[in-house]
Amino acid sequence: MAQTPSLAEESGSTPFSSSQSITLRIARYNPQHDSAKSFMEFQVPYEKWTTVLEAILEVKKHFDHSVAVRYSCRQATCGSCGMIINGKPRLACFTKISELNSNVITVEPMNNFPIIRDLAVKFERLFDTHHKIKPYLIRDDTEITTNTKEFLQSPEELEQYIQFSNCIKCGLCNSACPTMATDSSFVGPQALAQAYRYVADSRDKGKDNRLKIIDDSHGIWRCHFAGSCSQVCPKGVDPAMGIQLLRGYMLGFRS
Amino acid sequence: MTNQDENKEGIGGMINPRRYGIERVAYLLMRLSGLGLLAYFIGHIYETSTILKGQIGWNEFLALTQTNAGHAILAIVIAMCVFHTVNGIRVMLGHGGVGVGKPARPDYPYIPASQNIRHKMGIYSAIILAAIAMMYGLAVMFGE
Repeated sequence: MAQTPSLAEESGSTPFSSSQSITLRIARYNPQHDSAKSFMEFQVPYEKWTTVLEAILEVKKHFDHSVAVRYSCRQATCGSCGMIINGKPRLACFTKISELNSNVITVEPMNNFPIIRDLAVKFERLFDTHHKIKPYLIRDDTEITTNTKEFLQSPEELEQYIQFSNCIKCGLCNSACPTMATDSSFVGPQALAQAYRYVADSRDKGKDNRLKIIDDSHGIWRCHFAGSCSQVCPKGVDPAMGIQLLRGYMLGFRS
Repeated sequence: MTNQDENKEGIGGMINPRRYGIERVAYLLMRLSGLGLLAYFIGHIYETSTILKGQIGWNEFLALTQTNAGHAILAIVIAMCVFHTVNGIRVMLGHGGVGVGKPARPDYPYIPASQNIRHKMGIYSAIILAAIAMMYGLAVMFGE
């Protein structure tokens, strides 16, 4: 009779038995008592399918449990494990070591976000700017009220915004943005793309309200269409497209 | 909150062109050419103001542009001017939502539609035209 391993046996097992290994350089920084960032190096075995997050968890399990990292779903859905991997913002759970083509993997906290510790950063500003653009349908009536039906929408109308509703608020776009690198007050590509998501929704009636919010010196006009946000988005949201289409509304090219 | 507390990349990160493809290179060149043209504009106003010192003062200053260094600077100005104009037209069209693609359900590997071949061609065209204009300028100025 086959025996299934107990939970204790599973958690104690070593997941990688490969002869291949990489050097994982992890940025260590505690703003409470460190004056600058430093790096610790670990030799981590990996398989073809091993992700960077799994390698970090391997380090936590076998070498140094004090490494601070935020993660949850491990399938690019929760948006928790964004970090700079070999110089570019990526999701650690969505980046395989084998696709980086390097024997040295350097992981750092995302740029343009205050560091809590090591690889974990604060998301307060991202959530604040997200809330600022009113990320919900604005209209006087509601689907919940008795005697009203659900708001109807054609497939074509859905196509106008469905891409932008894939945003998981991981913050990679804000980390890659060159304007965010210098302007602390810029609303950022994440919030601007979400503003477009609701403006383009045929059920929404809050277009003028939202356009007024982003029509600011640190709002949509600070985007210079560098496109880095779209290149790093792990969900295909393409914030650069949303922002330019949104600006089309403001310039009168779209209605 | 200081820059270090905010973990901002700063100007070094803003002008780093190596990580995000030709679009980020164009972003950097646009800023550099804009600043260069601003500096030229200020210098040009100063140069033309020398006419207030009479013809001798004007001729003396104009002679500076007839040197090898003057010719090289003018050639760079020509390149900056052409790049800034052509890329500026591309960016202005993009800012109006022209040529940035249409929203659609994304499929893996999620190639962003806004970073399409038309915009890449626009950037390469701006660089090539700037290089041609600069070479033509050099040929005219150093040709004799």
